[in-house]
Amino acid sequence: MSTTTLPPTKKTEPVSAPKGGISDRARSERKLGWLLAGPAFAVMLLVTAYPIAQATYESLFDYRLTDPDNRSFTGLNNYWVILTDTLWWQSIGVTAFITAVTVAVELVLGFGLALVMVKALRALRPVLRAVILIPYAVITVVSAFAWQFAFDINSGFVNSSFAWIPGVAADTDWFGDRWTALLVICLAEIWKTTPFISLLLLAGLAQVPEVLQEAAKVDGATRWQRLWRVTIPNMKAAIMVALLFRTLDAFRVFDSIFIMTNGANGTESVSFLAYRQTIARLEIGLGSAVSVLLFLAVVLIAFVFIKLFKVDLAQARGE
Amino acid sequence: MPNAPGRSRSRGRAPAPLRRRSRQPRRRLAGAAALLVTAGTLAACDGDSGGASTLTWYINPDAGGQAEIAARCTEEAGGRYTIETALLPRDAASQREQLIRRLAANDDSIDLMSLDPPFIPEFAQAGFLAPVPDDVAERVTEGVVQSAVEGSTWDDELVAVPFWANTQLLWYRKSVAEAAGLDMTQPVTWDQIVEAAEGQGKLVGAQGTRAESLTVWFNALIESAGGEIITDPSPEDPAQIELGLTSEAATRATEVMQMVAESDAAGAAFSTSTEDSTATGFESDDGGFQVNYPFVYPRALGAAEAGTLDPSVPDDYAATIYPRVDEDTEAAPPYGGINLGVGAFSQSPELAYEAAECITSDENQAEYFVTNGNPASSEAVYDDEEVLEAFPMAPVIRDSLDIAAPRPQTPYYNEISVGIQRSYHPPSGVTPGSTGEAATELIDAVLEKEDLL
Repeated sequence: MSTTTLPPTKKTEPVSAPKGGISDRARSERKLGWLLAGPAFAVMLLVTAYPIAQATYESLFDYRLTDPDNRSFTGLNNYWVILTDTLWWQSIGVTAFITAVTVAVELVLGFGLALVMVKALRALRPVLRAVILIPYAVITVVSAFAWQFAFDINSGFVNSSFAWIPGVAADTDWFGDRWTALLVICLAEIWKTTPFISLLLLAGLAQVPEVLQEAAKVDGATRWQRLWRVTIPNMKAAIMVALLFRTLDAFRVFDSIFIMTNGANGTESVSFLAYRQTIARLEIGLGSAVSVLLFLAVVLIAFVFIKLFKVDLAQARGE
Repeated sequence: MPNAPGRSRSRGRAPAPLRRRSRQPRRRLAGAAALLVTAGTLAACDGDSGGASTLTWYINPDAGGQAEIAARCTEEAGGRYTIETALLPRDAASQREQLIRRLAANDDSIDLMSLDPPFIPEFAQAGFLAPVPDDVAERVTEGVVQSAVEGSTWDDELVAVPFWANTQLLWYRKSVAEAAGLDMTQPVTWDQIVEAAEGQGKLVGAQGTRAESLTVWFNALIESAGGEIITDPSPEDPAQIELGLTSEAATRATEVMQMVAESDAAGAAFSTSTEDSTATGFESDDGGFQVNYPFVYPRALGAAEAGTLDPSVPDDYAATIYPRVDEDTEAAPPYGGINLGVGAFSQSPELAYEAAECITSDENQAEYFVTNGNPASSEAVYDDEEVLEAFPMAPVIRDSLDIAAPRPQTPYYNEISVGIQRSYHPPSGVTPGSTGEAATELIDAVLEKEDLL
């Protein structure tokens, strides 16, 4: 065996499970569970399922907010318009690029920060956690403005302070080119959300049984071997959950693009496209169709993660 | 756990009997306070129904001028109405979004609103503006610059009250123009100022960022070349709007745009330059020429006063009429500003129009011009001594307003403008002829709802 994990079945199985059927206690616990979760479930239906259903319904109409009298049913025409438009595919490409880059970098950085938090001296730990969490506490729009000002050719400090890096000069216009603009957008996203991923990974790190680490140490495993063969395999569920949450989040990127480039130079994301059709252009039907497609993309990502990578959300909670 | 619930609960509170005793007077106090609040609220309700009507004026952010005008008009009304202001977002596009969403939901809290002129046809066509009474229309258009009246009109009818009228001027540094040997008393062309700036190693500032300001620039260029973005606005059917983007004038406008953007005088960040960044560039040592609104002058004076700018810089500022595209054709400078609309769902439109007339009085416009730097739409204000003292270039502004051309007037302005921004950005990437064709194709498809924007 190349990795060392505790067998999960032993951990989750009750010691004296009755053979077949549900016991009375289990049944009443299940009932209590529904009673406790019921109100929250109803609220979720009201605030998420209802708007999704309404957007799906609206997406079948040609409907302009300022011209409600001429609203007409057009079936799936809005979807046809979107899926045959190069702008949609370009936005999908930009969104996928931002998602892949930011999530990959955040995972590595976040893991490093989680390790630092675990290994830090007990006295330092609370301070360290607070410091690492600060960017996550900043509102996205504020962080986007801060990064925009930093890279701005007139008011920014980046061009003058980092002139020693090849390619950076006093006249580098970061937001005037697609790739440099995307770089700044990705940097802002990474700075802001790495703390989130590191917190999730920290929870995962805490779940790795100390006995396994000690056993590996006794067997003469190096630090590197322990990391790859003991720590990471044992926190796979936490890593996958962190990746899933961040991927879903990153796929909906909007604020940074809205503030920094307003979609110029081919930096439009799918959320931005939905905003432009619905809010700016007032085409409720077309915009709803974009939103529904975005929703389907997010569902697809979640499905792929859960089914293909076999993410077990319950295991990540330590059940 | 170090903080067991039982322990923490017992900490920092008085023992139970003591607590009960001390609570009773507090409860009585709370009851009295609640009564007072209720009584106060009831009294306020009573006062509202019998006394002054409260008018809510949705204003764009400024240096506090509109709030001051609101206070003055409230005082002048002698108790008939009170004007309260509500602040809209910073940029014009977001202001439109908020107002439209509210009005689409029949929001009756909007009595008055400060509207950016290009969006007025959209509001009027959707029935979001209360009709202007004939007598009011007559009074508020008397002695008002033509472009401001045009900007308040849709389908041959006045739908808003002209308030302040903005226009872009050609700002130049006297020292640079002199060194380049350019005679600024005569009309100049884009070619001339770019050549002069390049010769002196200075900047020509214009707004090349992908935003409304790019449409403003392009519209001024095409109008100056004798063309129009929209040749037939077709108010009934948006799909029938005819565009003039493939005309000779449009090609000429594109040529000038490309020439400016590709020149050495454009600077490093031309494709992201806004009105603010253009003004910053003009204030720098590289400043030579810029097309911009009059706010740049008080801005430089303020910076000099604050000590962040050498006082000799604003002294070097001068302004003249917008540059020409062709030597023999008069320029058509951009027209902007704010006009007042009265909400269609307002409870008291008559009072709102009365307030609008007060807000747009000559005295208020002059005060607003002097304190906030926003030029008046009333011609008489330009003879005001205080105005002339604060803005030595006020006569140029007035002349510019006389020849200024509004942006295309159509309820589908957003589609047209964003379509232009998508096609003509970055300005250095345009190709005379084919960019116009591509823009026409895109905007036509968007208006027919066959394309995303």
